[in-house]
Amino acid sequence: MRLELGKIKINNVQFGEKTEVVKGTLYVNKDEIIKLVLEDDRIISADVELARPGESVRIAPVKDVIEPRVKVSGGGEMFPGSINKVRQVGSGRTHALVGAAVVTCGRIVGFQEGLIDMSGPAAKYTPFSETNNICVVIEPAKGIETHDYEAAGRIAGLKVAAYIGEAGRNTEPDEVVVYETKPILEQVNEYPGLPKIGYVHMLQSQGLLHDTYYYGVDAKLMVPTFMYPTEIMDGAIVSGNCVAPCDKVTTFHHLNNPVIEDLYKRHGKDLNFIGVILTNENVFLADKERSSDMTAKLCEFLGLDGVLITEEGYGNPDTDLMMNCKKVSQKGVKVVLITDEFPGRDGKSQSLADAVEEGDALVSCGNGNVIINFPPMEKVIGTLDFIETMIGGYEGSLKPDGSIEAELQIVIASTIANGYNKLAAKGY
Amino acid sequence: MVKEIERAGIPVVHMCTVVPISLTIGANRIVPAIGIPYPLGDPNLGEEKSKKLRRSLVEKALKALQTEITEQTVFE
Amino acid sequence: MDIISLPQKDIKEGTMEKIKVIHYINQFFAQIGGEEKADIEPMLKEGIVGPGIALKSGLGEDYEIAATVICGDTYFGGNIEKATKTIIEMIRPYKPDLFVAGPAFNAGRYGVACGAIAKAVEKEFNIPVITGMYKENPGADMFKKDIYIIETANSAADMRKAMPKICKLAKKLVNGEEILSPSEEGYLERGIRVNYFNEKRGSDRAVDLILKKVAGEPYETEYPMPVFDRVPPNPAVKDISKVKVAVVTSGGIVPQGNPDRIESSSATKYGIYDITGLNSMTKDKFMTVHGGYDRTFVLENPNLVVPLDVLREMEKEGEIGELANYFIATTGTGTSVGNAKAFGEQFSKKLVADGVGAVILTST
Repeated sequence: MRLELGKIKINNVQFGEKTEVVKGTLYVNKDEIIKLVLEDDRIISADVELARPGESVRIAPVKDVIEPRVKVSGGGEMFPGSINKVRQVGSGRTHALVGAAVVTCGRIVGFQEGLIDMSGPAAKYTPFSETNNICVVIEPAKGIETHDYEAAGRIAGLKVAAYIGEAGRNTEPDEVVVYETKPILEQVNEYPGLPKIGYVHMLQSQGLLHDTYYYGVDAKLMVPTFMYPTEIMDGAIVSGNCVAPCDKVTTFHHLNNPVIEDLYKRHGKDLNFIGVILTNENVFLADKERSSDMTAKLCEFLGLDGVLITEEGYGNPDTDLMMNCKKVSQKGVKVVLITDEFPGRDGKSQSLADAVEEGDALVSCGNGNVIINFPPMEKVIGTLDFIETMIGGYEGSLKPDGSIEAELQIVIASTIANGYNKLAAKGY
Repeated sequence: MVKEIERAGIPVVHMCTVVPISLTIGANRIVPAIGIPYPLGDPNLGEEKSKKLRRSLVEKALKALQTEITEQTVFE
Repeated sequence: MDIISLPQKDIKEGTMEKIKVIHYINQFFAQIGGEEKADIEPMLKEGIVGPGIALKSGLGEDYEIAATVICGDTYFGGNIEKATKTIIEMIRPYKPDLFVAGPAFNAGRYGVACGAIAKAVEKEFNIPVITGMYKENPGADMFKKDIYIIETANSAADMRKAMPKICKLAKKLVNGEEILSPSEEGYLERGIRVNYFNEKRGSDRAVDLILKKVAGEPYETEYPMPVFDRVPPNPAVKDISKVKVAVVTSGGIVPQGNPDRIESSSATKYGIYDITGLNSMTKDKFMTVHGGYDRTFVLENPNLVVPLDVLREMEKEGEIGELANYFIATTGTGTSVGNAKAFGEQFSKKLVADGVGAVILTST
């Protein structure tokens, strides 16, 4: 598959009569967005607020973050199987509004949604302090069941991102990057002297507020499969979950998967990027055995020399991570793990819930238990009512003056276990 | 916590779903549970069958406590 | 205008008083004797003894060794609590600002003594403490997490090199300066994970790492896999129909309303909850706060995690001797191993005191 990704750089966002991009500024029509969101009668009211880098704004509780994109050509539309028809995506041309993001927030679904600060000491921990955010604040219908609320929020975010993405359809991109992966035999033969590297992408699938969707299929119902790396850029994978906020792989992160990005950067230079193996993180031992067996089988079948493995979440998925690591290594395929750590607030405990001796090459995404203090923000989008029950928060986290003392876990994607950030932990 | 109970001299059996973690951290007597959202039972079978299942799992746990072992043992 | 930073002590007292140091050494370094004198009890001598000369020289003018504590390695090892108490009281009147133990090089009992006394002194007086050991000294693994241990060679011949390193780090600690990495400062890696921002993002570093590994080149992990310690299994229960059984759970089962505010992740506490007279876990009385799984089923029926309904039946039928009238609960997800260990140590004492003969621990 060959995809041209046209990057349209956005450096400001404003409300406007028409949703369009003019010289780097994204204008969005508030009423049209609200109307779109309210099409779903599970949502009784909605509002849209803007948050720009550097502003004194706190957004909480955050459900998902999505980059506005549009499929210009090549078949299919964005987020197939979630809001659009199920069609193969990953080819042709897609435009992305880079520097813009749709953030869904509103009354908490569970307790694992986090926050984003647009400035101040907590800002550097999340990539979304640097994007121009269109925050969609939703209010669910009274008495709505939790699974329903989550679905409504998810669909709303994707619809709004696709709607805004349309503004990029006929805009000339500032940069076009070409990504191409050929069918296996061709790909192997294209760079015969280079090591064949694959990416094992573990999808969160524990259930209620811990789901991910591939072309609309709940990942817990999948068996491991192969995906062309470009499919993810068109929204084939969508987040339906609110794991610990620090770990959350937002739909934005799926679209901008850093492992895929960085493997492509060196594709044809010092490695041959063969493709992506998708697997899940289920809660039954039989599923874990099956998925890790099959993941190892696929790695061997594809003739890979090495793989990078990323996970989403901690605790339960650490087991899957280690099972994958062990079984893939036993097939003779070299493994590097990327994950975050939870060694307690003093950094002295064990970082992972599980361990295997084959896990001898690990890249750290930081300690999520560290306590950080950050000051009040002038404006809050959403509500701070739930801070103390959100993961990372505790009794007394939210001070009367609006400042917060909490574990780093509470900041969205602060220690995301796919290597997107520069935050890491080292041993002292 | 399992190891601290064992260290205090009380035989302990760990009933859990994520058996590999239990093995790694060193629990000695392990009984696999049903699933993370419902370790001791299965609501999908209906209340009566679920309770029966729970009973049989706890019986297994008691058996494990009464079985001499020399190394980590998973009682399937 | 220049701002001169003075050591804390001078700022407090307003005079140029020296920084007071207490030095701890064993019978050998005090030149009292070798193994045959390893059982001597703690004693205190004013000023410098033995290697204290090197210590004073390395610390410089602003420091003075107020006193030296000497104790036999075997005595300390066999009387840790008593010796520690005695030594603490011996040094209290000196109001020390810094405590230096050893260095112990590869002497095992000496290393353990240095580690133990330094840790206790830090806890009691809240002053910087430091020691030095060879990495394989048993005291190193035991105490590296608690105190700074400068890495030395395995024999006292290394004193010339070791002492200056100890002094350098000691001064930093006294001055409250930022302590850098183990390789930069020369101390044994403590196993404490510290956050920092790397120049490159994680995925980029991972690509570098996989290419090295595939090429068979040397590579370094950013996190060494832990080796979990093992506890041998207790002997089996002979006849459980005569034994008191208790339930402990990491599934976060708590009374409705979570009165103890046990966290849904990263728990810092556990609860002990009464089940006297109850035949089942009902949703009006109990709930779960565990944040790591779909709670729907357990909220409806907490027996799925604390199997009270079947245990009560088994108690009535005589299959178990007795069910303890409480269960112990905390949350397993994200909870650090350190905390879990501490909880286990604490409540196990209660279980033993209450005559509990077997425990069923349930986890999700």
